[in-house]
Amino acid sequence: MRRLASIPEALVGLGILAILAAMALAASALFPGDPFAIKGAPLLSPFQDWSLPLGTDRLGRDVMAELFHGARTSLAVGLAAAAAAIAVGAVIGTLAGFAGGIVDEALMRLTDAFQTVPSFLLALAFVSVVGPSLTVVVIAIALSAWTGPARVARAEVLSIRERDFVAGARVIGMHPLEIALREVLPNALAPVLALSSVIVASAILIEAALSFLGLGDPNRVTWGSMIAEGRTVLRSAPFLSIVPGIALVLTVLGVYLAGEGVVEGTAVRKSLS
Amino acid sequence: MTGSLVSIRNLSVSYRRDASLPSLGNIDLDIAVGERLAIIGESGSGKSTLALAIAGLLPSTATVKGTILWSGQPQLPLGGRDIGFVFQDASASLDPVMAVGRQITEVARTHLDLSRAQAESRALDLLRRVRLPDPDTALHAYPHQLSGGQRQRVAIAAAIAAGPRLLIADEATSALDTIVQADIVALIKQLVAEDGMALLFVSHDIALAAELADRIAVFRRGEMVELGSTDAVIQVPQHAYTKKLLDAHIGLDAAPMIAPTGHGHV
Amino acid sequence: MSRAFLLLRRRLAGSIFVLLIVIVGTFLLLEAAPGDAVDAYVVSTGGDAGLVEAMRQSWGLDQSAATRLASYLWALLHLDLGQSVAFSRPIRDVILERLPVTLILMGASTALSFGLGSALGIYAGARPGSLRDRFLSTASLALYAVPGFWLALVLVIAFAVDLRWFPISGFETIASGKAGFAHAADIAHHLVLPVTSLGVIYLALYLRMMRAGMAEVWRLDFVRAARARGLSRRRIVLAHVARNALLPLVTMLGLQSAQMLGGSVVIESIFSVPGLGRLAQEAVALRDTPLLLGIILVSAVLVILINLLVDIAYAFLDPRVGASEAGA
Repeated sequence: MRRLASIPEALVGLGILAILAAMALAASALFPGDPFAIKGAPLLSPFQDWSLPLGTDRLGRDVMAELFHGARTSLAVGLAAAAAAIAVGAVIGTLAGFAGGIVDEALMRLTDAFQTVPSFLLALAFVSVVGPSLTVVVIAIALSAWTGPARVARAEVLSIRERDFVAGARVIGMHPLEIALREVLPNALAPVLALSSVIVASAILIEAALSFLGLGDPNRVTWGSMIAEGRTVLRSAPFLSIVPGIALVLTVLGVYLAGEGVVEGTAVRKSLS
Repeated sequence: MTGSLVSIRNLSVSYRRDASLPSLGNIDLDIAVGERLAIIGESGSGKSTLALAIAGLLPSTATVKGTILWSGQPQLPLGGRDIGFVFQDASASLDPVMAVGRQITEVARTHLDLSRAQAESRALDLLRRVRLPDPDTALHAYPHQLSGGQRQRVAIAAAIAAGPRLLIADEATSALDTIVQADIVALIKQLVAEDGMALLFVSHDIALAAELADRIAVFRRGEMVELGSTDAVIQVPQHAYTKKLLDAHIGLDAAPMIAPTGHGHV
Repeated sequence: MSRAFLLLRRRLAGSIFVLLIVIVGTFLLLEAAPGDAVDAYVVSTGGDAGLVEAMRQSWGLDQSAATRLASYLWALLHLDLGQSVAFSRPIRDVILERLPVTLILMGASTALSFGLGSALGIYAGARPGSLRDRFLSTASLALYAVPGFWLALVLVIAFAVDLRWFPISGFETIASGKAGFAHAADIAHHLVLPVTSLGVIYLALYLRMMRAGMAEVWRLDFVRAARARGLSRRRIVLAHVARNALLPLVTMLGLQSAQMLGGSVVIESIFSVPGLGRLAQEAVALRDTPLLLGIILVSAVLVILINLLVDIAYAFLDPRVGASEAGA
């Protein structure tokens, strides 16, 4: 952790993420009640009224409150979708790499198929067929995000499965599936987890784009829907689109920086040991 | 000494931070025009550092003291034009995605005022001289399509493409198996004689060096411990370390087939 | 040439299998959709129960799932994607009408991002660790975090609303009567903002890939060998380091095509560009699931074709590819 702190980019990234997490956690305490509630006159510009520091939107809702509650949605969706994608991808990749033969071939073609369909279109179709809710959005994003982890896990497993401890497990008569999931998978996990920052970032971006198109969870404030809301008054009140967009950019940037820092930090540790 | 191509005076090389490369201390050495000089030493003796210093290829972390004169002039020789450099690993010294013919012509065109066609015919000629089978096809081949020995022949052709006056072979044969090794040594010997080049042959293999060098310099831990004519060094070694190196080669005639030293530096 | 041909043949076989999986997938999604095509039709046009049953029968919707999948495949084999409820026209015709616009948009965005991105990447990677290298890599990371649809809005505010340099939306000036070069220039003028919005994130990606790739190639021995041969720095950077670092970027072109098709949904919607992406958004808005899935199928075919092209290009750029199969 101390070594991580010596990489300035990582520090900035972790700082942004810490602020974001704090915003998400404090959202209910600082802005209790419904963030959709009307708090003042519509289209109040930022920095005019200190009880509404970021102003109000077209309907008079508190932009600051929406921003805080939106942080919650973005982080929740990003983390949940990435966790689901990595879990599914790691299991599928491990099975493919460990089983080999027909199973491997079939699973890899399945992976190809999911990579062939544009992930945003797939998410769009899934949400529009099943109906928008937070869970559905998470599944829709994970539906195409698992392919990267699956490929990495498979490659890793292929290199691990001939090693001694796997042969040992075979000799003592462990079931192949048990070997795959209990002995091989944990060892293949590190490089798969290195993908997580990219997956979290892209999940956040896809969620934002979905809500921008009106396919996010209608009961939650999201930055994407705020940007879409602001778009209707783009000429008179551009800040309504710009403010949540900046939050989005900073969040994604924070995730990248922290992710790169962690990868770099572990690389340094490896080269030192 | 008259006709000295390279004069090294009081040369010291040290490295900041990076201790993986051996440093060098207080070297005085001359290479005469057309002379074949072998530098012998184990890995870590600084022999490669010397070769890189002469060619101006030391990493920027190196601190160099002393002087290197080229033909009596203080400016460093130009790589490719004045000095041809052949590295140990031929597969790593060729660009994997460029046809070998182009890798030779680009050297010729950089240093000589040649048209594309002239450079190409020169490359073809060079491939014949390094005795690559089917040079017309080889011109358009890529490194991965050649064997290790063939790649080293290409690397040699690229090194001498602009007609340098000094050829430096830094462990140029130690990654190859013994039979190919002997072929390449014979080739280098022939090319050097034909073009009147001086040769700096850097090797850990004193027997191999003795085959083609006029003089031998023995390096150990960054210092030159012995320098003399090949006969003198082999017959009456002055330094205990040289004796030790020679002792390792008892049964010299049979040794190359087993090549116990062949992997010492890899 | 036989090397590229062998590679192509093997890839083609795999692609057909992949396409089959995609088709089954879209069929399953179609099945999962609440209501069927008849419901959608009745909702949009009105009709009684007797008519509904008759239509179900004539459209084969009363058959088992396996039979329906078979007839779905049979129809696809005849390039029949079904009828669009929202547009009351064959889905194939609607899609083919919109496809060229998206291809122009994607082609221009790819050219911009790949061309400028790799050029800037070479500029940065030519001197690793220099000031310009650090500036460009930080800037590209920031750009890489910018969502395209938000960038589109910012660009609209700045260049269409405030400065009025570019039109706010559309693909061309309606009924301008322009032809030939003037027509092309008109389209280009309309596409500057959409192409930029769609391409910037990939520009950042290619810049970063090129820069990182060059940093790796610099460490390879053949670069030192090239220096030893006295080649100019310019030649080493361009003909050797960048040339080798280019290869992973070419691979990325294939992967990026799928993502860019997805990105075009939002960008085309914002700029009202009548392409495939906007059609997808319209299909969602008009609840025309068969149309949406038809778009997905066509996109998948498009991505497969682009990847085949990229594979061929790669085989030309990297002589090592497929060498073992073709026997050198």
